[in-house]
Amino acid sequence: MAETVPSAEPTRRDFLLIATGAVGAVGAAAVAWPFIAQMQPDAATIAAGAPVDVDLTPVAEGQILKLFWRGKLIFVRHRTKAEIESAAKVDVASLRDPQPDSARVKQGHAQWLVVYGNCTHLGCVPLGHQGQYEGWFCPCHGSVFDTSGRIRQGPAPTNLPIPPYTFVSDSKITIG
Amino acid sequence: MEGHSVYVPKSGFTKWLEARLPIISLTHSSAVAYPVPRNLNYFWTFGAILTMMLVVQIVTGVVLAMHYVPNAKLAFASVESIMRDVNFGWLLRYMHANGASMFFIAVYVHIFRGMYYGSYKAPREVLWILGVIIFLLMMATAFMGYVLPWGQMSFWGATVITNLFSAFDEIIPGVGTWIVTLLWGGFAVDNPTLNRFFALHYLLPFMLAGVVGLHIWALHHVGQNNPTGVEVKNIRKDTVPFTPYATVKDAVGVVFFLILFAWFLFYIPNFMGHADNYIEANPSVTPAHIVPEWYFLPFYAILRAIPSKLGGVLAMFSAVLILAFLPWLDTSKVRSGNYRPVFRVFFWLFVATCVVLGWLGAKPAEGGYTLAAQVLTVFYFSYFLIILPLLGLFETPRQLPGSIAEAVLAKKAKSAAPADASVNG
Ligand code: HEM
Ligand code: FES
Repeated sequence: MAETVPSAEPTRRDFLLIATGAVGAVGAAAVAWPFIAQMQPDAATIAAGAPVDVDLTPVAEGQILKLFWRGKLIFVRHRTKAEIESAAKVDVASLRDPQPDSARVKQGHAQWLVVYGNCTHLGCVPLGHQGQYEGWFCPCHGSVFDTSGRIRQGPAPTNLPIPPYTFVSDSKITIG
Repeated sequence: MEGHSVYVPKSGFTKWLEARLPIISLTHSSAVAYPVPRNLNYFWTFGAILTMMLVVQIVTGVVLAMHYVPNAKLAFASVESIMRDVNFGWLLRYMHANGASMFFIAVYVHIFRGMYYGSYKAPREVLWILGVIIFLLMMATAFMGYVLPWGQMSFWGATVITNLFSAFDEIIPGVGTWIVTLLWGGFAVDNPTLNRFFALHYLLPFMLAGVVGLHIWALHHVGQNNPTGVEVKNIRKDTVPFTPYATVKDAVGVVFFLILFAWFLFYIPNFMGHADNYIEANPSVTPAHIVPEWYFLPFYAILRAIPSKLGGVLAMFSAVLILAFLPWLDTSKVRSGNYRPVFRVFFWLFVATCVVLGWLGAKPAEGGYTLAAQVLTVFYFSYFLIILPLLGLFETPRQLPGSIAEAVLAKKAKSAAPADASVNG
């Protein structure tokens, strides 16, 4: 067996080690990519997120309609005068996630609140018309939302988010 | 550790095999001649009980997988058909579902045993950490298994637990949501989630078996702890051979444990489950009162005790991970709680804290319950971070026996029993 003499000069072995290591690292990353990417929503799941039209005429004042878009629950709430007023008169600066009610509805359609129906804490479905502010109350860990879907009490960090939607006519919206 | 005897192959075949794969001598040295401290009590049979439960879960699980359909539209009905149509399906499913609970009962006894007798202290730190990894894998496996029947608790349990990761949005916005979408394979818990959970639920128990192998390897390398916490000094005097002594004692423990298992299985098979899980998953309605399986309740109580989302999630994960640091947090040189009068009081307070936290985890998160959970959460962490580090410095332990044999003989002398030949064996 040949003696290995430590030398200051880089040897062919050093070169092979570094080159192989570098190629190996790039290769490992390249192989890891598809293995992680396959976990993301697939094409069919994304395609199922095509926009949906919602006819608002059957939703009476005070009612909350539940529907699904992209597998996610959405509340469409036809708010009463009193509910709109109580949402509007809140001191925005005092909120955990400060947002005026006007920023959470479409202009001229204040009676319609459209929000995602899963609690921003850990995803349970809050119960409508319940809790101190008669917006929603989440039975799981006690988060309380107001009639604008804003977090007022409990562990949830943010307001119920608003899905992308537009009014096609006064009585019809398109979600997505 | 060397054992009590050495295997010598006698027949032509065993000589031939030993020269090629020394598997008989390996089995002999680790399951026959392996020296076991002579003073082990029944708390030391839980290792064997746990090994048996892992086998029970794998055998019943593989059979269930032959009848189960991992599809969101069919899963619930397939579990119902296992219960009603498959021959003895009800038995196999109840064995698997109650088996998971029994597995956790055993692992909790096993962990508390280690905490009382100081089994985590040098040189058993790696052995202990492997145990913590086993515990984590068990929790992940049981969580994903519970999702499979696709009942209301399955669905909402999966939603709440996967959403825990969305708390990371509070550190780097977007990261939490990215992880959660990755776990779901969609925008909510749905069919892709069920599919991957099934694949992982099938895989993890085998990884668990691998880590159990390392755990036992580490155990056999450093030797077992014992109720005195004093290391073995003389193999002849302090230990007995694994077979027949430990083998038979373990078998007795296993039989008693199986009686308890059978009682749950045949008399109250749904006692540890939840009625809501017999309602099919419905993504538009959360059950009024969602609770995880009983074995997660103490950690769930800690999660809910903290009024902030990120804080709750971090506290819950820390409550499990802190166990891994125990070998360095406990500063006492004395292992066994039998010789630590003050430690013993705090240890039992800690056990009580875990039990009460478990009870609180099943209560609604409001008023007095939340306050109690907060107080106990503080105690839970103080036990590890304040009490154990300080106790080692201030407590005066009782006099330790000179050796295991001495402790055993002193006990014999006290009970003034007639001389027993096996003591000198
Ligand atoms: C560490 C070992 C294991 C634990 C702790 C465990 C735990 C669980 C739990 C808690 C359930 C839900 C039971 C229910 O309420 O219905 C379950 C279901 C299931 N497990 Fe496992 N399991 C383990 C190993 C395995 C293995 C190795 C397989 C093999 C494929 C398996 C296959 C299944 C199947 C098919 C179901 C759905 C049927 C049902 O819900 O009864 N399990 N498991
Ligand atoms: S999921 Fe709503 S409060 Fe926790």
